[in-house]
Amino acid sequence: MSGATMSGAGMSDEGGRAAGEVPVLETRGVVRDYESGGVFGSKRTVRALKGVDLSVRRGDTLAIVGESGCGKSTLARIITMIDAPTGGEVLIEGQKVDIARGISRQMRRKVQIVFQNPYGSLNPRQKIGDVLGEPLKLNTALPAAERRERAMQMLLRVGLGPEHFNRYPHMFSGGQRQRIAIARALMVNPEILVLDEPVSALDLSVQAQILNLLQDLQDEFNLTYVFISHDLSVVRHVADDVMVMQTGEVVEYRSRDAIFAGPQHPYTKMLFSATPRIDPARIRERLAAKASAKAAAAARTKDVAGSAAGNVSAGNVSDGSVSGGAGAAPA
Amino acid sequence: MALLEIRNLTVSFETAAGRFHAVQGLDLAVDSGEVLAVVGESGSGKSVAMLAVMGLLPDTATVSADAMLFQGRDLMSLSPRQRRRLAGRDMAMIFQEPIASLNPCFTVGFQIEETLKRHTGLDAAGRRRRAVELLDAVGIPEPAQRLSSFPHQMSGGQCQRVMIAIATACTPKLLIADEPTTALDVTIQKQILDLLLRLQLEHGMALVLITHDMGVVAETADRVVVQYRGRKMEDADVLSLFENPQNPYTRALLSALPENAVGGRLPTVAAAGGWEARP
Repeated sequence: MSGATMSGAGMSDEGGRAAGEVPVLETRGVVRDYESGGVFGSKRTVRALKGVDLSVRRGDTLAIVGESGCGKSTLARIITMIDAPTGGEVLIEGQKVDIARGISRQMRRKVQIVFQNPYGSLNPRQKIGDVLGEPLKLNTALPAAERRERAMQMLLRVGLGPEHFNRYPHMFSGGQRQRIAIARALMVNPEILVLDEPVSALDLSVQAQILNLLQDLQDEFNLTYVFISHDLSVVRHVADDVMVMQTGEVVEYRSRDAIFAGPQHPYTKMLFSATPRIDPARIRERLAAKASAKAAAAARTKDVAGSAAGNVSAGNVSDGSVSGGAGAAPA
Repeated sequence: MALLEIRNLTVSFETAAGRFHAVQGLDLAVDSGEVLAVVGESGSGKSVAMLAVMGLLPDTATVSADAMLFQGRDLMSLSPRQRRRLAGRDMAMIFQEPIASLNPCFTVGFQIEETLKRHTGLDAAGRRRRAVELLDAVGIPEPAQRLSSFPHQMSGGQCQRVMIAIATACTPKLLIADEPTTALDVTIQKQILDLLLRLQLEHGMALVLITHDMGVVAETADRVVVQYRGRKMEDADVLSLFENPQNPYTRALLSALPENAVGGRLPTVAAAGGWEARP
């Protein structure tokens, strides 16, 4: 349970900074179980979340980082009130969410989600104007003309043009579709936007545009983001606080600057060191190591070939460095 | 002489909207024992160019080149039969989706041995021994037992290891890896890249790594080719590329990296001027 104490420490840190202010989003000991098997084999319960505490202030971005299966998407679904937690509680603007007793529209409006694959989350037979108008139709009593007007405004706000209003999802590029998904999420004026890998499927240049857009929207509407990502360079760019998860547990939860200055938990350290970095010093080091390994291998081949005064020690060095690198590779 | 030399490669597809050029006038050389990264965004033609080298493009593609030489042999003049003999033996390719690249109906052992059967003179027992050896070399524990596993019984990382085992079964001179780690978690990505680099060094093979991830480029490549919309933008050794990029597109691409952000906003490729980046 070191994870729980870690996150506990993170929380107190958080509490100190946010004194007197009710966090816009809070979870306390959220647990989620999934049942698997059952038809033939015996039923098995998988605990996807093992007690997650978090707290986010209004206007902040909390980044959740972890590898597949760590429970970050499960947590996203619970925060968005799509799924109910098995245990623990979720508070939105200090109000407790109880999915079993039903959630008011007013409450649902406050949290919206944007998924990784925008194409999969848009109805292929719905025009964009209707995609954006639908949340208003379901959640408000606005007349059709007003809905249309607001949809058009939002379309322009996310960087698309009026000519896009009557087009279908397949007529858009990935980045444009992600703009549409963001626009749809913002139609009902949410307080919190859950972004589940929003830029993972996008090219670098498009990724930059979407990240800029998200930042502008956050400033403009004072939005709170829960940003799920596996990409540490993106997280470093967007986050105020970072939460690292592993197999359903929070292993580290601190401010961005603290965590990037010195990751504490072994898993965070491993994650950071596994992430490829662009660092000319590292490139130089790598190229030098490779050159010497190659030279040593060449010397060894000469040796084997029978060249009398072969350099045995060089051969040994090469053995060491090559197998050393390899030994570190497969886990 | 370069191991692979391509001069003025053009690949086009006939589409409803007219002819689409996926690759235009590409010159590329790969030396033996070198790690070349081919980078570009989607639609830059980086995969299509390499599929043309492998002879894996569909019939709808039109390929033309002044020369496409592999070990001095002109690939364009070979018969399909001769090319099939080359592919899988002297040059091999692995893909982004390891689970989808393997046939779900056959054990991994069968699929490794299939390659050996096609390209080597080994008998059944020899093939089995070699398959165990290969699985062991790519870091799969209990290789002899895992031969009878089906792809769905393995993780994505393990499936990619199996793909690498198949690709390196005949110790090819050239291995093309098309986004081999894009579908994998970072810790697994590191293991797979380390494995590829180790095999590359051990066998002295040339490795062409197609990727969109600049971090991966920095950690693996000797030399880098940057492509944009089917054309080569820059061809530089890895240090020069990151320290002193010559082409404006390369510079724009590098400045769009979140880690290079100055202040709050990211410069976008479009804002850098000249480059029509469609959002």
